[in-house]
Amino acid sequence: MSAELSTVPATAPQAASTVSHAAMLSVMRRQRLQDFVFHKVTMLFALSVLFVLIGIIISLVIGAVPALKEFGPGFITRVEWDPINDQYGALIAIVGTLSTAGIALLIAFPVSFGIALFLTEICPAWLRRPLGTAVELLAGVPSIIYGMWGLFVFAPLFADHVQPFLKSTIGLLPIIGELFRGPTMGIGILTAGLILAVMIIPFISSVMRDVFEIVPAVLKESAYGLGCTRWEVVRKIVLPYTKTGVVGGVMLGLGRALGETMAVTFVIGNANKLSASLFAPGNSIASTLANEFAEAASPLHVSSLYSLALILFVITFIVLSAAKLMLAGMSRKEGVK
Amino acid sequence: MKTSTMNAAPVVNKVYRKRLLQHRVGIALSVAAMSLGLAVLLWILATLVINGVQALTPSLFTATTPAPGSEGGGLMNAIVGSLMMVGLSTLVSTPIGILAGIYLAEYGEENKLAQVTRFVTDIMLSAPSIVIGLFVYTIYVANVNHFSGYAGSLALSLIAVPVVVRTTDNMLRLVPNSLLEAAFALGAPRWKVAMMVRLRAVKAGVVTGVLLAVARVSGETAPLLFTALNNQFFSADMNKPMANLPYVIYQFAMSPYDNWRELAWGGALLVTFSVLALNIISRTLFNQKIPN
Repeated sequence: MSAELSTVPATAPQAASTVSHAAMLSVMRRQRLQDFVFHKVTMLFALSVLFVLIGIIISLVIGAVPALKEFGPGFITRVEWDPINDQYGALIAIVGTLSTAGIALLIAFPVSFGIALFLTEICPAWLRRPLGTAVELLAGVPSIIYGMWGLFVFAPLFADHVQPFLKSTIGLLPIIGELFRGPTMGIGILTAGLILAVMIIPFISSVMRDVFEIVPAVLKESAYGLGCTRWEVVRKIVLPYTKTGVVGGVMLGLGRALGETMAVTFVIGNANKLSASLFAPGNSIASTLANEFAEAASPLHVSSLYSLALILFVITFIVLSAAKLMLAGMSRKEGVK
Repeated sequence: MKTSTMNAAPVVNKVYRKRLLQHRVGIALSVAAMSLGLAVLLWILATLVINGVQALTPSLFTATTPAPGSEGGGLMNAIVGSLMMVGLSTLVSTPIGILAGIYLAEYGEENKLAQVTRFVTDIMLSAPSIVIGLFVYTIYVANVNHFSGYAGSLALSLIAVPVVVRTTDNMLRLVPNSLLEAAFALGAPRWKVAMMVRLRAVKAGVVTGVLLAVARVSGETAPLLFTALNNQFFSADMNKPMANLPYVIYQFAMSPYDNWRELAWGGALLVTFSVLALNIISRTLFNQKIPN
């Protein structure tokens, strides 16, 4: 106390001012304490997110240990998934997950690019907001609705009109044709990929829109000044400038597609077999979990499902981290605009 | 704007023609992509209205889910269950999310730990929701040995928190420094500036975040599969398995009974339009308050 009072400036010799100074010091002390508590309390809440992530990883690892012990690292490349004989391998689900997400990206990337280009460069200003919102609403539609729409509306049409067409054209080609053969049932890997594409378009296009908007106007104007067409400006100025951001957006979409559950469960066909054709039903990691976890009886089955979940979580974690790092690089660029 | 006006002075130039063609094809494809996006949205909405509208009867809201093979029925128990679970998860995730968001905005620049947290929040935002359901099953359901509405709410909260954190953080960082400096100059302590000046300035934005979180979790099915499960009867006991719209939709849509499927479409219509309405409300709310 006295130590702090000694810091009172010599210009305040009167008793009254010393008293008020002491009062001020106590207010300051109180506020400092409040700030300290505020800091720690908010930190605790922020850290809760971190704890949840760590908790998820630990619980998945613990759950996965028995299966990984039984099958070893070869679990990832084992084809068998046979609950009756208690034999499990992750390959079918991993292939299903990666192929559906891959198809989704292949389609969603160009479409999202088109949408972002339309919204940033072509669209009249008054239409920008409503159209932008409409596309973002696609992201708001619950996953299960995509599943129902995919199964009851899209898949029958796809089986009757599109698949026979694909079969009689691309299906006849030598190597790539393998992918487009077999019975046309409507449900399967390809359908799941297409539905996923629709679901991730809003995410990718909204990131692309954001990064397209940070391109300095001077850059674009100089290109226009040189006589570039709008397409050339986008293709040769905007896209190269925002390359990292665009890839980041695509990765973000990929992360979403990998973990998507309900929509895929409805349309992928839920068959535990590996097939060369994209028309054939398959299974993704998420759909296997949704279908089998509640009914899994044998401990090894449960543990194998945990292993699948762990694999899925690790893959999405890596993909999303890459996306975030790329987008972070992009926002630094925005800073130097 | 109109490149074609340049044709007034006829340019007979191969390169120029090719560029013009490229430009036109590119623009046309872009317009086509936009139309495709809109068409799919309208197609889905139309499907829901066409299939779901005949299920929108008063009994949808008053009768409980029908037993297999019985006629009629409604979704009352599922609607109540969903509202309770989403409500509880909103109550839990809003304060957690806002306080965590404040921490990131206030201390995020100077602190490695906060930066890691921000990064992790971003990842949790897109983490597979079924894994979150599995996590809650492991730590809660497997320990108490029964599915429950609380478990469902917990899973939904874990999904909602990152949404609230991220929007709160983003919104708070929009507040101009001069406003904060003015408050500091008056002698306000940091927590007062953060809570009463900074947070208040972006109230609408924070509400947006909460609404978006509600919209996000209202349609989530995957995390409820192993947590709340389902209940064929009406139950307001959150410690028991609880009916909820997404799960009922899933179960009924895959069922062989016509009245079940009709109810599934009715529920789908209900969920989708409430979620989209929440989305639209949250957007207009925010855009009114902070002109950007």
